Amino acid sequence: MPIDLSVKEVTKKFGSFTAVDKVSFDVEAGKFFSILGPSGCGKTTLLRMIAGFYDPSPGTIEIRGKDMAGVEPNQRPVKLVFQHLALFPMMDVKENIAFGLRRRGERGKEVYKKVEDMLERVGLPGFGNKKISQLSGGQMQRVAIARCLILEPVVLLLDEPLGALDLKLREHMKVELKKLQAQVGTTFVYITHDQSEAMVMSDYVAIMNQGKFEQIDTPQNLYNNPATSFVAQFVGENNKFLGKLEKDSSGQFSVGLEDGTKLLVGQISNLELGETVEMFIRPEAIIINPDASLKNINILNIIVKAILFDGGSSRFLGVIYGSKKELILMLPHNYSEDINVNNKIRIGWDPTRSACFKSVGVKTYDEF
Amino acid sequence: MMNSKRTKIRWGFVLFFMPVFLWLFLLFVLPHLELLRLSFLGTDYYAKSGVTLENYAAFFKEPAYWLTFVRTAGYSIIITLIILMIALPVAFYITKVVGLKTKGLLMLLVIVPFWVSILIRVYGWMIILRESGIINNILVGMGLLKVPIEMLYNDVSLIIGLVHTNLLFMLVPIIGVMDSLDNSLIEAASNLGAKKLAIWWKIIIPHCMTGIMSGSIIVFMLVTGSYITPALMGGKNSLWFTQQIYNQFIIAFNWNQGAAFGFLLLLISSIIVWLSLKITGQKLGEVVK
Repeated sequence: MPIDLSVKEVTKKFGSFTAVDKVSFDVEAGKFFSILGPSGCGKTTLLRMIAGFYDPSPGTIEIRGKDMAGVEPNQRPVKLVFQHLALFPMMDVKENIAFGLRRRGERGKEVYKKVEDMLERVGLPGFGNKKISQLSGGQMQRVAIARCLILEPVVLLLDEPLGALDLKLREHMKVELKKLQAQVGTTFVYITHDQSEAMVMSDYVAIMNQGKFEQIDTPQNLYNNPATSFVAQFVGENNKFLGKLEKDSSGQFSVGLEDGTKLLVGQISNLELGETVEMFIRPEAIIINPDASLKNINILNIIVKAILFDGGSSRFLGVIYGSKKELILMLPHNYSEDINVNNKIRIGWDPTRSACFKSVGVKTYDEF
Repeated sequence: MMNSKRTKIRWGFVLFFMPVFLWLFLLFVLPHLELLRLSFLGTDYYAKSGVTLENYAAFFKEPAYWLTFVRTAGYSIIITLIILMIALPVAFYITKVVGLKTKGLLMLLVIVPFWVSILIRVYGWMIILRESGIINNILVGMGLLKVPIEMLYNDVSLIIGLVHTNLLFMLVPIIGVMDSLDNSLIEAASNLGAKKLAIWWKIIIPHCMTGIMSGSIIVFMLVTGSYITPALMGGKNSLWFTQQIYNQFIIAFNWNQGAAFGFLLLLISSIIVWLSLKITGQKLGEVVK
């Protein structure tokens, strides 16, 4: 696969603040690539550099092998769907979509034919004469995308375009966008702070934090094999334990928590004994009432604190017996009476399903 | 119950409405009605009077009158356009280019000169432009001119004076609407391949149209109706129509003729404003908002 977009060692500083710090990545033609990170991580800055609104200082951005240094934003083969869409309210839908074609000097009936074709492709046939103010959120979304796609860009950049939509429409547009991308085959670079958007739509996701890429991988790998503690916390839900790395006589590694509990861990790498580490275990990896015959698993007793019912992805909150540490667990679909508030239950997990990283003290929003 | 409520006089409303009403009625409507009456009264040699259209006819019969008016209206349109062309880039610079702190400073620089009386500002220009003025002194001092030349009292000095004294009234409404233009629209246009000129024509000017029109109406009306600047900075050949009105009232002491001229000025400049609104497809209600 040819490379459509290549970003090499790109840095952007605003005064003494480094917004983007030596970021490098390649996007293959026709892929849906997402950059996922918390607000303020530098992802919009990175996107604006690709679009040409900022110059990297220093770094190289290549589109289909061509260096973009010194190329004005209006000359680049990338189109950007803005966060708040930036549709032109002074024009109707068809003039919005025809805007780019006209700037290329295209005139006459041909333009409107192309516009009508494009409207059909995004599922808005006959909307040409509507005013922007007459459209719903989802329709505006599609007009903004159509306005870019009609110019057949090499790369389409999308800056959190679903952020302003309500939940139901957002869920719907996720699927729509994914389908649209598969249909037109244009390379999409999508930035978002919503991990579900990134995971559902993308072929590859880059996790960005404080101006740097933490990991670039498929959504499956990001979830199952996070490379850093930040990725483990940011992607999906995870239970985090803070403790010291220990090793017993048989060579088995474990994490010793503050309250004296020892939790076995599987494979470890780049960690030293006695170091403060963070251990993560996914809620769905935790077994409720594990069979007593299972060997070499972590067993804990917890008290159920609250049931967090949410249909198919219901969870419950438990507190480890004799401590204040809270855990999030999946609520089994056929859960029995014993998972009830204030009941004491036994849980366990296979140590190989947990992940262990050196503690660097990064925090995500859900920790206070 | 409902009936008694409807017939009750709302004293609070009357109390607050009265000053406005008196102000407008006594100082604006009443004198205008009197002038309107005067404009239809004839004064022949024997001071016999009666209702007549003579005063209005005089305007069209005597080329000196209507030519002055055509000149005034024509120059007013040109001056309005010049002011617009200066105000647009200045407003863009103030609202979109500089930071918040500089913006405040620049706004102050724009407004402060207008705290000074118009007379002082006009005399300021006269000091700069006159034969023994600053520019002539510099040019002669540098040896570029042998003898100072008179730069005042011609059409160019008249335009300079009127452009400067009225610039603010265009700038303020345009800055207001340009402030509300989302920067991402400009970026989006650029991203879709628009060059600077296209961004101005397709995005910025259409967005600012209400501000441009309200600024233009105010400036046009102020310029056609200005008296001091043309009188002091214009030459013998650049007579302004307001001077014709002044001449009728003060020099010829023909109030009836002067009143007719006044109403003609109001009427024809209103027609020009109405036409320009029609041409640009704007509604007065939106423009004056």
